[in-house]
Amino acid sequence: MQSSAQDAGTPYVLQMFSVSKTFGGVRALDDVSFEVREGEVHCLAGENGCGKSTLIKIVTGVYTPEPSADIKCFGQSIRSMSPKQSRAMGIAVIWQDLALFPHMSVAENIAFDQMVGNLPRFVRVGSRLDQVKSILDRLGVQLDLDAPLNTLPIAQRQIVAIARALMGDARLIFMDEPNASLTQSETDHLLEIVRNLSAQGVAVVFVSHRLAEVLEISSRVTVLRDGKMVGVFPTEGMTQARLTELMTGASLQQTVAARDRSAAKPVLAVENLTRHGEFENISFTIRAGEILGLTGLIGSGRTELAHSLIGMTKPDQGAIYLQGRQIKPQSIRQAIDLGIAYVSEDRLSLGLIQPQSISDNSSISVLKSLLNQIGLLSPDKQGQMVRHWINELSIKIGDPDDAVSTLSGGNQQRVVLAKWLATEPQLLILDSPTVGVDVGARAGIFRIIRHLAENGLAILLISDEVTEVLFNSDRILHMNGGRIVNEYDPRQTSVDALEVQIYA
Amino acid sequence: MKQLQRHLGPETLPLIAVLVLIIAVFSFASPRFLTGANFGSMASQLPVLGLLTLAMLVPILSGGLNLAIVFQANLSGLTLAWILIAFGGVEAGYGAFALGVVAAIIVGALSGLIMGLVIAYVGAHPILVSLAMMIFLRGVGEFLTRGGDVSGFPDFMNTIGYGTLLGIPVPLIIFLAAAILWHIMLKRTRHGFSVYMIGSNIKAAEYSGIPTKRTLTLIYTISGAICAVAGIVMAAQFNSVRVGHGEALLLVTVLACFLGGIDPFGGFGRVLPVVIALVILQVLSSGLNLLGANQFLSIAVWGLFLIGVMALRWLVSWLARTRKWGIM
Repeated sequence: MQSSAQDAGTPYVLQMFSVSKTFGGVRALDDVSFEVREGEVHCLAGENGCGKSTLIKIVTGVYTPEPSADIKCFGQSIRSMSPKQSRAMGIAVIWQDLALFPHMSVAENIAFDQMVGNLPRFVRVGSRLDQVKSILDRLGVQLDLDAPLNTLPIAQRQIVAIARALMGDARLIFMDEPNASLTQSETDHLLEIVRNLSAQGVAVVFVSHRLAEVLEISSRVTVLRDGKMVGVFPTEGMTQARLTELMTGASLQQTVAARDRSAAKPVLAVENLTRHGEFENISFTIRAGEILGLTGLIGSGRTELAHSLIGMTKPDQGAIYLQGRQIKPQSIRQAIDLGIAYVSEDRLSLGLIQPQSISDNSSISVLKSLLNQIGLLSPDKQGQMVRHWINELSIKIGDPDDAVSTLSGGNQQRVVLAKWLATEPQLLILDSPTVGVDVGARAGIFRIIRHLAENGLAILLISDEVTEVLFNSDRILHMNGGRIVNEYDPRQTSVDALEVQIYA
Repeated sequence: MKQLQRHLGPETLPLIAVLVLIIAVFSFASPRFLTGANFGSMASQLPVLGLLTLAMLVPILSGGLNLAIVFQANLSGLTLAWILIAFGGVEAGYGAFALGVVAAIIVGALSGLIMGLVIAYVGAHPILVSLAMMIFLRGVGEFLTRGGDVSGFPDFMNTIGYGTLLGIPVPLIIFLAAAILWHIMLKRTRHGFSVYMIGSNIKAAEYSGIPTKRTLTLIYTISGAICAVAGIVMAAQFNSVRVGHGEALLLVTVLACFLGGIDPFGGFGRVLPVVIALVILQVLSSGLNLLGANQFLSIAVWGLFLIGVMALRWLVSWLARTRKWGIM
């Protein structure tokens, strides 16, 4: 099924042996080896902090490895590498944030590296246009070359970043979490492009959390854990569960946990809710202690529906009932006061205030409860509250005054949960709660969610990851084109059946 | 030590060290520096700049700027002056003064409120909105005064400008009281908490239930009110009001904020280091003045000083980084 790239005879484009790197007292990489063959699609897997990014930064010359390292690149022995050298040799990295220029055109972005030099000179993107076009042809995509980059959806920006790497004749491309913010169909398209590249002899190294895709496309996977090498494995015959086990060092059984909650009292009832152009005639009920899964593609109206439930937008028709009483939240503040909490899908820019402290981030929504007798914020009360939630959700932190951005994805998401649980909600809306969270940490987050439901909290779980909804919800609603098209009982369906329904 | 550092913020101790150093140098260079007269003159010059800096501080913390502060102060001062004159000028009593103060603060707060509403609800950039307000107030003020002075205040106004209470100059007391109030507002009230959060990420703050529009409106309203207090002190010190008085202070307030470690992009900063930064600026200009240096030279020294401080901060953080990552 995979290309011939995995044949033992294919030459290596990159070989690294005994690579170590220490930061301060922390051993970020400890005697790691890594090899990539020509045209191979290779996966570099491991949890956050396992040393993946350090390894990439060594390949690209950002960090210098300890002297023990032995690195061969395209058959050439390398003592030390600089970012410029590594690019000249044909190594490119597509970072998660893509590092593109939002206000420049597609063509300018693709030809960027060819347009800048050591000395100022006139910039003529026109002279590069043919080359840009031929690269997009090579990728098999059509893009409006004059469109400003920021008018493109994320998925197309990713293609621009790939094209930019190819402009520099890249023969080895690292992709850091390329599908973190893509929908399933966009991911499929990306994978097709990668297959294409592989067939043309370009090696691609994937760094990804989303194991399903990784297993599907790559021929081999190198697993790192805590800076140490776990091993290199062929993906043929590898299962997600086995890979998770290798990454986390613990085995993880996923089973359907659905329970029948139809006897419990309804917490949220939505009747014929409509907001033209976003969603139509939405009706459903969530009962106390129930986890209702809501799945569907991005753009199916899931997030828009959530926004209307929390007062961000106003529905045109229909009614929302909370505990039997009709509510019309006008702002997020009002929704919070009514007992609705919303964990945003975009933790980086909406869920948390990244540069501010863990302490302030977890208390931001409950300032009122932190006032003392004369109406001033009490640092003691804040400290107590923050300590309480850090213990309750086992958040691993250094100091509550540290910026929340210093935490791993999983721990950041726990801070988000702490912030919302502190508001004592009756309904918790989770919008893609595990985006950018490690596999091991995901299980921890769902343990918390399950526990909350057992204590009677009603939960709306929005996600486009089929396994996530299937294994964690009590019922599943499928949304498509702004309407609820189907309802499933997790106990009577399977991952495959659901995937066919949603993505077909 | 670490506890103290944490309590005062990382900016405070280095600034105090700089202040002590500068005072030592000037005491050594000029016998007149460490005298009551010099301290008295510094204490009477500092408060107006200080009050205007407080007016600039909170908008910067929220990620904005208020360019209208000086003219807000001028217009508020004018309001007080007109009311005093309407009640007999030199003959005006305490009642007229009290009325004038209230009216002045209302005018200051109102001009701020308008800016705040536009910034919060129209979503226009604070630089543009406050620039427009500055030009508007200046035009209105110059039109109403025909570019001249308004003067003729009762004698007791002098007490506010130059009087002392328990040996401390009254303007200094007003400024210190305002600074303490600002510290409490920023660190211990919900409004202050919201200011920091909005300064870092206004969208995420809104998603967390912070009333962002109300907070922005309040930030500029309070900024306008403290401008009015500055305008009242100015009127008392100059014994007259003229539109354009203190115009040069606008950028000095920004300088003082940055010197005091306020993040120019918002979200981080404290009142105490800014107050120390103000004292440093005042000591520099008074000291140079005593040494017979040209007044313009002392302004140049302020600029150089800020550049020096920025370079030093960069050096300190660079050293900290290299030590942390074991590169050195």
